Amino acid sequence: MHGEEAQWADWMRAANAGGSEAYRRLLAALAPFLRRLAAQGFARAGLGTGDVEDVVQETLLAIHLKRQTWDADQLFTPWVRAIARNKLIDNLRRRGNRTELPIEDYANILPAEAAGEELSAREADRLLSILGGRQQEIVRAICVEDASIREAAGRFGISEGATRVALHRGLSALAAAYRSVEQ
Amino acid sequence: MRTDDLIGALAQDHAAHPKPQPLRWTFVGAMAAGFGVAAIAFALTLGIRPDVASAILTWRYDFKFVVTLTLAVTSARFVWQLARPAADPRSAGLAIAAAPVLLLGAVLYELWAVPASGWLPRAIGSNSVACVVSIVLLSIAPLAAAFYALRRGAPLRPGLAGAAAGLLASALAAALYAAHCPDDSPLFGAIWYTAAMALVTGVASAAGRRLLRW
Repeated sequence: MHGEEAQWADWMRAANAGGSEAYRRLLAALAPFLRRLAAQGFARAGLGTGDVEDVVQETLLAIHLKRQTWDADQLFTPWVRAIARNKLIDNLRRRGNRTELPIEDYANILPAEAAGEELSAREADRLLSILGGRQQEIVRAICVEDASIREAAGRFGISEGATRVALHRGLSALAAAYRSVEQ
Repeated sequence: MRTDDLIGALAQDHAAHPKPQPLRWTFVGAMAAGFGVAAIAFALTLGIRPDVASAILTWRYDFKFVVTLTLAVTSARFVWQLARPAADPRSAGLAIAAAPVLLLGAVLYELWAVPASGWLPRAIGSNSVACVVSIVLLSIAPLAAAFYALRRGAPLRPGLAGAAAGLLASALAAALYAAHCPDDSPLFGAIWYTAAMALVTGVASAAGRRLLRW
């Protein structure tokens, strides 16, 4: 754990200094940690681990959008844990609300169950489909179809700068969409 | 959506905005701007009272700034601790008691120093409605600034963070209004300043629950 803390904090400091490869490594290293935390949380709540990846993705998104709230002189792991706990609670609360919703409302946008694709989440796909036009297309191209910003810009015939802005707004809108489900 | 693809997208977004402004500077900058707007509005409308040169020599006038600025500093620390997920807000929250304790001491002294017949006139003062309305209005810009910073932060308790922002904004507003206010008795401050700040804090707490979730 101490080794992880030092490595993660190093990567985050490197990321904040402009290193995007360090940032990618950090998020990739955090994903299994978050998966474990979410699975533990689901187990405590008496739930199966089927939707753990939803929490992992929402937490990664929150870590990304709130990365300016980590101080370099602060421990990194407690910061990650605090965000993960917060997102787990949001998810469990939402789950409580969702059981009361008629499934018909979602039936036509729920993707078919992809067996064996355990590192994929369905909630993000569902939320993406309620985002608006261009932002949704760009987030979908980059997050789902694994396009680069340049490829997405080419595909939609807009500048890379505009694509970057749309991606960032789309990610923020995706985070907001999680909240709107809860309300 | 595969988690690996999401990570790829987040890394690309990071590469596009590699150095998000640290929250500390967002908070400091926003509060300076919010207080600046309130100070300009204050100077253009109410202004410092004309007899300030003699007022400043009386402890009652000066003490208004001691209490309001103590509250502003302690509540700013509380907001800052509440804005970040891993920070512990407890000691900063306890420190907020400093201003009420100072005020209580001054009230007790006033009750001892002033004959009972003088208590009510001093408590009612000369213009309590203007006091409450002015403090509430002067709070608006600092409150908007604090909410702007908190929305870039990640408060685990949005209602409490909103309340702390309301306390900070109204303490700054009260410090400004104190320079204009002709009523210097701690009895007046304890009632009317407190009422205005409680109003702002309550509204800010309700707003925080709606606006500061992330």
